[in-house]
Amino acid sequence: MSMTNPLKPSGDAGALMLAGARWRWYEVLFWLAAIGLFFVFGDFIPGIPTRLMLLSEIISLGLLALSIDLVLGYAGVVTLGQGAFFGLGSYVAGIMAKAGMGAFPLSDPLIGLVAAAAVSGFAGFITSFLVLRGSDLTRLMVTLGVALILAELANQMRWLTGGADGLQGVSSSAILGIWEFDLWGHTAYLYSLTVLFICFWISRRIVHSPFGLSLKAIKGNALRARAIGVPVNARLIAIYTIAAAIAGVAGALLAQTTQSASPDMIAFHRSADALLILVFGGAGYLYGGLIGAGLFRVMQDVIGAITLQYWQFWLGLVLVLLVLFVRGGVIGLLEGWRDRMTRKGDAP
Amino acid sequence: MSFVLETQGLCKSFGGIIATDNVSFQLPAGARHALIGPNGAGKTTFVNQLTGVLTPTSGKILFEGADITSWSVRRRATAGIARTFQINQLFADLSPLESVVLAISERENAASEWFKPLGSRADIVDEACTLLDTLGIGDVREARVGSLPYGKQRLLEIALALAAKPKLLLLDEPAAGVPESEREQILDVVARLPESVALVLIEHDMHLVFRFAKTISVLVNGALFCEGTAEEIARDPRVRQVYLGEEDVGHG
Repeated sequence: MSMTNPLKPSGDAGALMLAGARWRWYEVLFWLAAIGLFFVFGDFIPGIPTRLMLLSEIISLGLLALSIDLVLGYAGVVTLGQGAFFGLGSYVAGIMAKAGMGAFPLSDPLIGLVAAAAVSGFAGFITSFLVLRGSDLTRLMVTLGVALILAELANQMRWLTGGADGLQGVSSSAILGIWEFDLWGHTAYLYSLTVLFICFWISRRIVHSPFGLSLKAIKGNALRARAIGVPVNARLIAIYTIAAAIAGVAGALLAQTTQSASPDMIAFHRSADALLILVFGGAGYLYGGLIGAGLFRVMQDVIGAITLQYWQFWLGLVLVLLVLFVRGGVIGLLEGWRDRMTRKGDAP
Repeated sequence: MSFVLETQGLCKSFGGIIATDNVSFQLPAGARHALIGPNGAGKTTFVNQLTGVLTPTSGKILFEGADITSWSVRRRATAGIARTFQINQLFADLSPLESVVLAISERENAASEWFKPLGSRADIVDEACTLLDTLGIGDVREARVGSLPYGKQRLLEIALALAAKPKLLLLDEPAAGVPESEREQILDVVARLPESVALVLIEHDMHLVFRFAKTISVLVNGALFCEGTAEEIARDPRVRQVYLGEEDVGHG
């Protein structure tokens, strides 16, 4: 497939490797489409209702799924507790915004994001030591246990979190002092999309770096990874911490754009939903979580409109079929089609 | 007298079973040594203690004079102990090139780089390609490891170990299970390993052993049964008996 340069043993191997990290046309298309949604659903076209709040929520959910992808799709660590970092982030941002009474600095959304990332990242770092050992099953149980503990703490600490009622009246100040959050969600959507893109860009750099390669190696064979000198534990701690920080950012986004923080945001079902979304969209591609989140919410709406009570039945059915017959979820399905098309194109 | 590797009274027991029984063993620099013994003699258990996968029950392991008994697998790997595995332990979803680039990056402390894309270090890619070419698997460097034929996977096992530029290389049955047609390529690679690397071959196949090893240790029931040059061991009637005895049991 590659032309070999006779002068150098590596030929174009380095260039090929670097090319693996280059942005593809379909990636550009994806982000342009995400910007396009703003104009389609932003109440600019008569007859199409504004859905920007829903889209902002999808972004938050997608970002949570992306954070799971980093630990599960790349490093191979299964987790049922990513929602804990998400909820923690939403409470940090919510409590700060409320305490700041809508004024700088505490209610500043960017400061809130950074604080949420720091607190969630720290919580991730502390709990990362619990997932270093053990099999998939112990990891599932440990992450689930941590999530349950944090959820119950949020529920019990009424003075701080508002208990079961959650925090109301969380209002952030204008972004950079310029853009106020509006009722239609214009600011919320563009803000969420920008934050999503930045987190995505960082994640993308990570997975295409030597560090990212070492994560894939750990996922592939931790025994061999250790034998060639990969500091397996240090790498797992690092990625688990980064992913927790990103989950915290996702939670903070939701709290800031919906102007509330509630036990629902830290509840167990959020971890499960996000994991499901990731598997549905395709783990190990970075885009799987984003596409999965979009399809998940659209399916919820469409099927919900037809048969409100049974939408989870259909969701479950689609999920089972996807997991059984397609490797890599929706993206795996698309990849399969693309490969078949190119093979047809190559045929004489 | 300086040794690359030395064990002093190494013992390992699993419950009541003694898998390594008071093994004191020395390996000079540049050695071509074979560790042989019948099935279940404890060869792999011994190697696992050398590489740090298992912790000995008692005794000491010295590498270049330093006591490494309590060192982690990774620390030993970084210090210069590399191994291949009896059963392939590879990264099935990576390519051979990626696998070797990672191993070299770890050696060069360049694998914690998270911001620059893979392939930025041209020197590392060059070295990886040269190594893969040397082992005769340069043509498949971009294929998926899991889809390679078994013989090529065995060669990649050796490539991954060599990428660390080890001072001591433990080859655990490098040609085991390889079809006859691909076997010669592996033997050739083993024969051409650089002199600076001390080599320990853990083998079942006597042809291979006598082809490469200058010195041999025989392990029986976890204990050192005898040691000597290849010629001495080949002539030793007790060694023949151990192997023949095993065959008798096998056929009985």
